[in-house]
Amino acid sequence: MAAYLIRRLATLPLLLLGISGVSFVLLNLAPGDPAEIVLRQRNPGQALNPTAVTAMRTELGLDAPLPVQYVRWVSQAIAGNLGRSYVTEQPVARQLARRTVPTALLTAAALTLALLVAVPMGILSARQRGSPVDTVARLVALVGAAAPSYALAYGLIILFAVKLSWLPAFGYGSAAQVVLPAIALSLAPMAQLMRLIRASMLETLGQDYIRTARAKGLSERTVAFGHALRNALLPAIGATGVSLGYLLSGAVIVETIFTWPGLGQLMVGAALARDYPVVQGFVTYIAVVVLLVNLIADIALRVADPRLRFGREGM
Amino acid sequence: MALDVEQAGDHDPIKAMAAGARRRLRWAALLREPGTALGLLLVVSLLMAGLLAPWLPLDDPTDINLPGRLLSPSAEHLLGTDHLGRDTLSRTVHGARMTLLAAAITLVLSMSIALTVGMLSGYHGGWLDSALMGLVDLLLAFPSLILALAVAGALGPGLFNVLLAAGAVWWVGHARIIRGVTLGARQMEYVTAARAAGAGNLRIILRHIAPNILGPIIVIASLDVGWIILGIAGLSFLGLGAQPPTPEWGAMLNDARPHLQTSPRLLLIPGAAIFLAVLAFNLLGDGLRDLLDPRTVRPGG
Repeated sequence: MAAYLIRRLATLPLLLLGISGVSFVLLNLAPGDPAEIVLRQRNPGQALNPTAVTAMRTELGLDAPLPVQYVRWVSQAIAGNLGRSYVTEQPVARQLARRTVPTALLTAAALTLALLVAVPMGILSARQRGSPVDTVARLVALVGAAAPSYALAYGLIILFAVKLSWLPAFGYGSAAQVVLPAIALSLAPMAQLMRLIRASMLETLGQDYIRTARAKGLSERTVAFGHALRNALLPAIGATGVSLGYLLSGAVIVETIFTWPGLGQLMVGAALARDYPVVQGFVTYIAVVVLLVNLIADIALRVADPRLRFGREGM
Repeated sequence: MALDVEQAGDHDPIKAMAAGARRRLRWAALLREPGTALGLLLVVSLLMAGLLAPWLPLDDPTDINLPGRLLSPSAEHLLGTDHLGRDTLSRTVHGARMTLLAAAITLVLSMSIALTVGMLSGYHGGWLDSALMGLVDLLLAFPSLILALAVAGALGPGLFNVLLAAGAVWWVGHARIIRGVTLGARQMEYVTAARAAGAGNLRIILRHIAPNILGPIIVIASLDVGWIILGIAGLSFLGLGAQPPTPEWGAMLNDARPHLQTSPRLLLIPGAAIFLAVLAFNLLGDGLRDLLDPRTVRPGG
């Protein structure tokens, strides 16, 4: 376990370098001169002055070769400095920090909701395969995978905020304002988790040790909850780590719709304005979060599943 | 798989008949599943609408008529008009054309990258395999929509840029599957035999390995179209994709945002169109997977 942890922790910086490098190169290969973009942002409607462009290129450090720029960016990033936004001229790191709490709140609420529905429904639909419960669960999974979060979000707003006026549609600050965005965000991971738990429970129920447990005369209840559940939920731990990716992708859109002041909204604004330092900082930050959460999920999986600890230590 | 059966059947009429019957049986099974049949029906209608849109008796989807803006549905405008007085039905049907075209281009783009990387990795092996799969693992760890958003942000707004961005991030998972299939096929005896007979690498890849990849590709592609439609419409909704006045579902949703209170219909119609299109391809994809992929034999089923 210790050796495994050390190996995983050692690869983290490499992965981060890789992802930030890919996005750095992509952003710099893109057509258009960032110096011109900055000048257009700051003096809208004015003609570009070639000397001002050259001066801005020097100011932004764009006159250095690309590898030098990247090394400079990395050494600053390690010190916690992700540069300044082209548009607001504020430090990127501070903007990211300020918007982390709203996004964390929203994704945590959505993930909790997804798990609260997906785990019991997945188990129930596997135990009563072919029953009406199973049909409903599979329908929810199907709809959840196909419904675009943006259309769903507007459906919720139209129904609960416009027609019924039960809940506020926009804004951030009160508990009631979390409800609609959390529901809109939770449906896709909910569908995915439910599908997975159902399949994994079905597979576990077909195992030999389950047949043995049944042959011993244990009740169907004890077999399902005492023997099968533990193993059936293992893939869900890994999937929870993966669904963070879905949640963060979804948050980009859901935050924009509900004017939720989180990271997603920041990223969309930055992408539309071609505010490269913010895009680059955001991509790196998300990479850190995703890699750390997946690492935690992997460790949790090893703690919960002794087969991984002893059987395949080489993995 | 299906190709092997057909080739063998050319020489043996009895086998050919049996293979034909088996195939008919499998295709019939595809339609017996109500979900798959519904998916196929929806996909065919969508394709028809997309292909025939310019010749259907519809108004011009970009024809602005300000006096007739935000009209409710009527005999003249079956789904009403939008904030510029354009016919919503016409824009929705033309949107199908745009969406399908965009999805097809993205699919071809991402599949080309996935096939090149996957087959190269699986066939060549060694350091190239390690390097390419390292890159794949790196990209797999990252949420693809966010990466696409970053690429689209770098390239600037526009439908074509969004297609490039989506294609550039979508191939990653597929490359891994194709590598696995290639690796398996490369170790087959018929590949060794072909090599002994003097076949070159290109001939072996095209003639002996590619047919094995066909089944998984069809399944991946059909399951993928739904995700691609969702992603592209999402980026367009954020304002990065199709630009006005192009009739595209995501852009229509974006246009309708200020009219949420007065004309919710303008949001619900393109939203429902995206939902049905994605549902259609997901249903069809699930059915095809069960049909073509022998690995998904369901336990106890």
